Amino acid sequence: MRASATVVAEADGRGGTRLAVLRGESPLLLRRTGPRGAGGTTVHLVGGAAGPLRGDDLRLDIEVGPGAVLEMLSVAASLALPGRPGPPSRLTVTATVAAGGTLRWLPEPLIAAAGCDHIAVTRVDVADGGTLLWRDDLVCGRHDEPSGAVRADTTIRYAGATLYRHELAVGPGAPGWDGAAVLGGGRAVGTLVAAGSGLPEPGVAGPNAAVMPLAGPGVLATAVGADIREVRAALDPLCRRPAIAS
Amino acid sequence: MSLATLLLLADGRLPSGGHAHSGGLEPQIAAGRVRDIRELDGFLRGRLATGGLVSAAFAAAACGDVGRAAELDAGLDARTPSPALRKASRAQGRALLRAGRAMWRLASLPSREPHQPVALGALASAAGLTPVEAAVAAAHGTITGSASAAVRLLGLDPYAVHALLARLAPECDRIAALAAERHGDPVDDLPAAGAPLLDIGAEHHATWEVRLFAS
Amino acid sequence: MHPDLHEHGPDEVPHTHPEPGVDPHEPLHTGARALRVGIGGPVGSGKTALVAALCRALGEELRLAVVTNDIYTTEDADFLLRNGVLPAERIRAVETGCCPHTAIRDDISANLDAVEDLEAALGPLDLVLVESGGDNLTATFSKGLIDQQIFVVDVAGGDKVPRKGGPGVTTADLLVINKTDLAPLVGADLSVMDRDAKARRHDLPTVFLSLAEDRRATPVADWIRALVATRTAVAGA
Repeated sequence: MRASATVVAEADGRGGTRLAVLRGESPLLLRRTGPRGAGGTTVHLVGGAAGPLRGDDLRLDIEVGPGAVLEMLSVAASLALPGRPGPPSRLTVTATVAAGGTLRWLPEPLIAAAGCDHIAVTRVDVADGGTLLWRDDLVCGRHDEPSGAVRADTTIRYAGATLYRHELAVGPGAPGWDGAAVLGGGRAVGTLVAAGSGLPEPGVAGPNAAVMPLAGPGVLATAVGADIREVRAALDPLCRRPAIAS
Repeated sequence: MSLATLLLLADGRLPSGGHAHSGGLEPQIAAGRVRDIRELDGFLRGRLATGGLVSAAFAAAACGDVGRAAELDAGLDARTPSPALRKASRAQGRALLRAGRAMWRLASLPSREPHQPVALGALASAAGLTPVEAAVAAAHGTITGSASAAVRLLGLDPYAVHALLARLAPECDRIAALAAERHGDPVDDLPAAGAPLLDIGAEHHATWEVRLFAS
Repeated sequence: MHPDLHEHGPDEVPHTHPEPGVDPHEPLHTGARALRVGIGGPVGSGKTALVAALCRALGEELRLAVVTNDIYTTEDADFLLRNGVLPAERIRAVETGCCPHTAIRDDISANLDAVEDLEAALGPLDLVLVESGGDNLTATFSKGLIDQQIFVVDVAGGDKVPRKGGPGVTTADLLVINKTDLAPLVGADLSVMDRDAKARRHDLPTVFLSLAEDRRATPVADWIRALVATRTAVAGA
């Protein structure tokens, strides 16, 4: 299955954000949620079908204009499943954030079901003066099953320079992924990249988490846990919506 | 190319500061994740497939074109979220340049403290080695340094540790070949495999009052 | 006339100006780096206490800094700080990966970096003391790292130590036999130690010391003063 979705958020000229484009197709359905006008706009990803399954090629493009504030959430975890034999499933998410724009990407976790083969590609470009909060959580297998194969490939650029470049591979075909260098037997991992203003304070955030100042203008928080609750305990407090001035 | 020169570059006795770095092993031992040969095996395989692949690719890229040192250095910054690991990599790069300057005529680099793989590539280039040889030296270094630290920290049988390194040698070659194939790619396209526990562990390690290894 | 210098009026007292861009506090031995003295010896022999004593004795008259290689990153540095003998910015700690002798002999890069960083941060120095981690009798410093080395043993380690020899005792530029105040308590015969040290070391000097009684390590401080003076004279010649 091939599907694509697009969100374009713009400042409405009255201190709020309007959605100039909100277009999706199953399984990438998008819904505007939450109150209108109150500082920013929230869009939920609504799963329209099981999956992604092997062979799926999905693409979501997000654009946040100058002064616009967009929060992207999802109603439920997405579950990468094996499906029929075939090429890996793929979800590509691209986002651009203009100067003065804010994008908060805080979806529910991706679950790598046993036997899945999934590639998640993320390309984010934030202009100087833009603000980004980008969260990705991954759970390695449903309850009591081995992890499927997931490869996450993330590039976040800020002000024209690459701020954060990261790949993570888990499951069959990823040597040592459950060894003590990568996840150490942990079944969940989460990352949060913050760039621009309002960055979290660096430090160690629990025994298996850290908030790290990047070499460029941003911060990465990473947490590894026996399950997703441990990851949430470390990262959720860093994702709380700041009081919005103006 | 000279095999003897490659051996010099990969030798753990090269005075380039490596003996004081555990490659992230010390914090994982403290966390109880590495206690024996089996767990060391898992650690080394993960390290080789992540940091080892990245180091090998960047060493090969720097060896292939030392003129790219500055952009490669920035590429490693973007791949090294932990400030403690950036510091450790740059300290080892600086130490490697110190040794390399005494051994060969090095091209001038934009930084006196480049990331370790960039320095390694510059040395390999000055020594007349090829990108794939630089990649092998880099991949080899990422596991032998930690393995030596395991012998010192856990008192593991050195023969058992070297038996493990022998089993990992083909994987080391495979990773190096994979890395070297891509040495001419744009920096953003070079490997970026990360290891969350190495990042987290390094940040915790940097706060310890008592530690035996610099990283 | 140097283009950066101003005109002198006819009624001015004749005077000179330092070269622009030149630190007026530049030492007499311009061009020579700090004298580097290594201090090695077995665990517990009093290396850190000796460093503290030397800082007390020499801190006022020499621009000095310390690199410590204790297995614990901050312990020795903390000792010096607690004793108020040296401010934190003059101390660097080096991790040795469980191999204190490697860091001072086989792979000296981390120590060289620490010395260079101190000189870069503090400006020219007269003396850098490099304290090794506690090791055994075979540990010695590389000549690539230090100019002169002191080996510290103590009376409580037994009066046979000098006779055993080993590279530290035999080749150090100065052998310090510390804790002489304990000799009667541990039944050590200082004359035996003196005789054995002379036999092992021939013309190389040995001093007896009780840091409990001489908190400024006078004979060792004097030995270092003489080295610095010689070095300055040579560099100035």
